[in-house]
Amino acid sequence: MATKYININLKVWRQKDAKSKGQMETYKLNQVSTDSSFLEMLDQLNEQLINERKEPVAFDHDCREGICGMCSLYINGRAHGPDTLITTCQLHMRTFKDGETIYIEPWRSKAFPVIKDLVVDRSAFDRIQQAGGFVSVNTSGNTIDANATPINKHDADRSFEAAACIGCGACVASCKNGSAMLFVGAKVSQYALLPQGKIEAHDRVLAMVRQMDEEGFGNCTNTGACEIECPKGISLENIARMNREYLKASFS
Amino acid sequence: MALTGLFLCLFLVGHLIGNLQILYADPHQFNTYALFMTSNPAIKALSYLTYLSILFHAFDGALLTYRNVKARPVGYVKNNASANSKISSRNMGILGTVILIFIVTHMMSFWAVMHFDNKMPLEKISVKSQMAPAKDYYLTQSPGEYIPVDQVAADKKEAEASRKAFYIKDRTEFIFTGADVKKADGYKDLFKVTVAFFKDPKYGLVYTILYVISMLVLGFHLYHGFASAFQSLGLNHPKYNAAIKAFGIGFSIVVPFLFAVLPVYIHFFLKTI
Repeated sequence: MATKYININLKVWRQKDAKSKGQMETYKLNQVSTDSSFLEMLDQLNEQLINERKEPVAFDHDCREGICGMCSLYINGRAHGPDTLITTCQLHMRTFKDGETIYIEPWRSKAFPVIKDLVVDRSAFDRIQQAGGFVSVNTSGNTIDANATPINKHDADRSFEAAACIGCGACVASCKNGSAMLFVGAKVSQYALLPQGKIEAHDRVLAMVRQMDEEGFGNCTNTGACEIECPKGISLENIARMNREYLKASFS
Repeated sequence: MALTGLFLCLFLVGHLIGNLQILYADPHQFNTYALFMTSNPAIKALSYLTYLSILFHAFDGALLTYRNVKARPVGYVKNNASANSKISSRNMGILGTVILIFIVTHMMSFWAVMHFDNKMPLEKISVKSQMAPAKDYYLTQSPGEYIPVDQVAADKKEAEASRKAFYIKDRTEFIFTGADVKKADGYKDLFKVTVAFFKDPKYGLVYTILYVISMLVLGFHLYHGFASAFQSLGLNHPKYNAAIKAFGIGFSIVVPFLFAVLPVYIHFFLKTI
């Protein structure tokens, strides 16, 4: 397929720093290849801004192949843009029409404060993970190979699906309540399903949920938006499993 | 939210079965049921549990909505929420508020009248015979006892002044004027109150329409709420999810629809007795 070029209008959230008040700025970008990724389009915008002696737009990115969870962006009212099961770096400009206006905003959550422009501080996720997202391993020289412990295929698969979470925060961004339940549900589930995770199972779910609440995330009302917008297709089943683990731990 | 929500779903089923008896168009049958519902100790205990559930559900829902609004102090300029969630699921707080307002007005119209209003009418029957013209009697809870309406005064003073044989005490008791002894208890005529409410010449149609709208709102609330309650309790399993969802959708359509049938039936189809 021959490469096409489109002209687009961008409305981008610009904010100097965490303390400043931001606003939407409008930019016109011509000759955007439909083969370029969304982030490459932003690179092109920044080149244009630098040539015009203007401040380039700050945005998060790293691996650019959909596995690091670094890119974010609320594009045209949806986390990671209009397509499903992809991150922003996997979103291509062929998704957009010539002359289209594209809104680009940062993740919005009390727990994800804006650092600059489209970059938000997602360290709240790290602190939730640190609160309980680990397992105890015997390191006295008798370490047992993980593969030596038999695990049934069904549980191993569910655990792996939960572990596919890249911690990008799309669940929080798209949830009307700014809730992190899908993230925490996935992190709790990936351990709860495996024998290695049983040792801390009781304390883990209590600690991670406590930390989640302390960070200022909202509460889950089961709208299901997170599951639709998650680039890794993490299922709501994980939230239900976390609720079960939480109930179990609360009553024992 | 989930536990009280599911309990209130059970309440809806019970309340609906009770209300559907209106379709028999038999006042005495309905009033007997109303008496049972307000005097049976087990039902009384259950009703207090229901009041508490409604209060807790409303309070917890308000708190939840408040906290969730606070979790996103700066909103999106452009938000395409309909792409990933249903409108009913995103507006449970608003739907719930409408339902709460409905419950309060609904209880003022019927529950409060039944429990506290001194103007609560007692059930009468008209007896016709070939020998005499029709005469009205009060029905009583004592079998075989009928009290002629023209022999009953509103209170003791009136009874003594007008030399009537009975007066009414504590809203339902028929007392012998001379001896101050209770003869029998009457039946509160809740059927009459209900019919009069929805057949009110001035506001009956408005009440009927508002009732139907409230049931529509209840339907949307249940459409999300029923299945959501199971998920909150951790009851999510690929084997049962489809069944829970399907049952919830059916429940959210059938229950509010049958509730809405009643005022429409009373206003448009019930012949005044």
